[in-house]
Amino acid sequence: MAEQAIEEILKREYAAGFVTDIEADRLPPGLDENVIREISARKQEPGFMLERRLESYRYWTTLQPPQWAHFPHPEVDFQAITYYSAPRRKQGPQSLEDVDPRLLETYEKLGIPLHERAALAGVAVDAVFDSVSVATTFKERLAAAGVIFCPMSEAIRQHGELVQRYLGSVVPHTDNFYAALNSAVFSDGSFVYIPKGVKCPMELSTYFRINEAKTGQFERTLIIADEGASVSYLEGCTAPMRDENQLHAAVVELVALQDASIRYATVQNWYPGDEQGRGGIYNFVTKRGECRGRNSHISWTQVETGSAITWKYPSCVLLGDDSVGEFYSIATTRHHQRADTGTKMIHLGRNTRSTIVSKGISADTSSQVYRGLVRMAPGATGAKNHTQCDSLLIGPVAASHTFPTIQVGEVTAQVEHEATTSRIAEDQLFYLRQRGLSAEQAVQMIVAGFCRQVVQKLPLEFAVEANRLLAVTLEGAVG
Amino acid sequence: MDALLSIKDLKVANGGRQVLDGFSLTVGAGQIHVLMGPNGSGKTTLASVLAGREGYEVNGGSVTFNGADLLVLLPEERARKGLFLGFQHPVEIPGLANATFLREAYNTLHEGEDELDAADFLAMARRLLQEVELSDAFLSRGLNQGFSGGEKKRNEMLQLLLFKPRLAILDEIDSGLDVDGLRLIAKLIVRRRNEGASFLIISHNPQLLRYVAPDAIHVLYGGRLVVSGGADIAETIAERGYEWLGNAHDQERQGAVALAGSVGNG
Ligand SMILES: Nc1ncnc2c1ncn2[C@@H]1O[C@H](COP(=O)(O)OP(=O)(O)O)[C@@H](O)[C@H]1O
Ligand SMILES: [Mg+2]
Repeated sequence: MAEQAIEEILKREYAAGFVTDIEADRLPPGLDENVIREISARKQEPGFMLERRLESYRYWTTLQPPQWAHFPHPEVDFQAITYYSAPRRKQGPQSLEDVDPRLLETYEKLGIPLHERAALAGVAVDAVFDSVSVATTFKERLAAAGVIFCPMSEAIRQHGELVQRYLGSVVPHTDNFYAALNSAVFSDGSFVYIPKGVKCPMELSTYFRINEAKTGQFERTLIIADEGASVSYLEGCTAPMRDENQLHAAVVELVALQDASIRYATVQNWYPGDEQGRGGIYNFVTKRGECRGRNSHISWTQVETGSAITWKYPSCVLLGDDSVGEFYSIATTRHHQRADTGTKMIHLGRNTRSTIVSKGISADTSSQVYRGLVRMAPGATGAKNHTQCDSLLIGPVAASHTFPTIQVGEVTAQVEHEATTSRIAEDQLFYLRQRGLSAEQAVQMIVAGFCRQVVQKLPLEFAVEANRLLAVTLEGAVG
Repeated sequence: MDALLSIKDLKVANGGRQVLDGFSLTVGAGQIHVLMGPNGSGKTTLASVLAGREGYEVNGGSVTFNGADLLVLLPEERARKGLFLGFQHPVEIPGLANATFLREAYNTLHEGEDELDAADFLAMARRLLQEVELSDAFLSRGLNQGFSGGEKKRNEMLQLLLFKPRLAILDEIDSGLDVDGLRLIAKLIVRRRNEGASFLIISHNPQLLRYVAPDAIHVLYGGRLVVSGGADIAETIAERGYEWLGNAHDQERQGAVALAGSVGNG
């Protein structure tokens, strides 16, 4: 009986799976130097950017796709992908009033109203649709505080100096296969600069939407918190339901200078594919933050419910003495989803501290990997890490694996690692149902309890949404 | 007397074994009944079947609750009709804040009434925590997570006071409690009874039975009730154990002996 009720909720459709009918300005599929010149030209980029792109592309052509993954997947045909697709629009600078109503409607349907009147109070949004940013809200209010929050393509044109100094300084194009590809073809994303001593007056948020078929999304985000600055940022993502796999290969770089703090949260709900494992997004992402200054702080929080395959390891390089890195993660997988996620904490500075809390929930025939690296470099005296990895399995065939790597080159450093694997027990369900809760509510409460430590780290506005998302991601027998 | 709970000739098998084999019992509104019986005699099985737990084979008999067939209902439906089970071993649900759980359950069980806002609910929960002598910290902790045996039982009692069920089945509510805890729980049971609630208390503890002054005490043996009567039964069992019932049971089966001191149940 309980199993049936659980099946019911879990059969709910992927709510963000619709397509927006809008004419696109699109490059033909395939990748060569001309395509890169086209992308750069369409974005009216300064010369330095084109040079960097070409250098990255040439480097990428020397690389092979990564083979280390725990789960095999069909090879990606990089010549079949469209690298640039943008909703057609009038030339010139855009105000919210100029944005195509079909786009506004799309975001409205996704629960992200872009009209400032209707918007979530206290949250500024940058809306990225396929390859371009279509709207950014509250720009003036943020500008008054000295905060720059704009599409990456605009930053490249208007804040070239900051971009040249910081872009690629945390994740160079030589970092890995997909970082090289992204550095060559990235089309948009968000740019954030918080000046010295400024506490960003609003939550910042970017909402990524893939709409076009056969199109890859290669977003690039760069957040810089100058000395003593602080910011909280959230990204969300969805895509239509399609039978084909689509590639999303983002690069996110965070830079925290002395006494600065960056809190970066992700609610990732890319289309996960259907029950048979057809379609869904390949989410191959490089995210890294550098605590460059003394006493700086970077915190990653992620709720990963979507994508057919996810590879993602938001990491912290703790360079400044006394700096702090945190990684709080919930990943849920169902059907044939594969999530390979975790983090790297690289301790270089003295008395650096890091915390890793990873909660994995796998249901049905899905599988998950936690893959983590904690490195205590020589000289990172007094550094500390605490890692906790918990897995919750739903159904008899769901699987989870943990691959923690610990490298300690500093005798005064401390590393702690805890791991648990559990299932939703029949007696837990029965207890809650005996108190009048339905089987559906009972499963949701057990899962919410399992995830509480991480959900608490999300900005309040998104904690409710995260719990709701988690509730619809489960499937299979309980036992 | 109107029967709130009426169990007739109930037969339940578990894992191929016939645990209950013709069990009958009637509990009226505002009554306290006590069920005793040796380990493994099927007391928890009975409580679980009444509350609707899956995995038991009910192969005979009937149960009505407030006049309606109980056995066709889902566990949550039984709870919403006012049936509460105080668990022998309350399960831990890590991370699920006790307060969150209590509030969700309260709102479900009291659906249709004015919903309490968060502040009012908290005030009420705090007051009840005091009644069961738990500190406020127990609201933010995970449900039963790391609670001692006695703390778990106090949290079950807290729920009894909060949800106000018409019938509470308390499965060894006294185990893990110290003397003061026992006295406290007895006091709360009596208070709820005086408000009209009914109880089926599973316990071996003569002390608890003395405090709550039950309307009847029953002994489960060999799958059915073999004795029903007053406080003297508990005393006899405290002195002589359950062994002697073996003989009584066999004789009763043969229809030869009516037990001295027992009264018919029904
Ligand atoms: N899951 C199970 N499978 C098979 N037998 C069980 C199971 N649970 C309990 N039993 C058996 O059912 C009988 C009654 O158990 P129980 O109702 O817990 O007794 P009591 O509560 O009176 O001590 C015992 O023999 C016990 O071993
Ligand atoms: Mg028992």
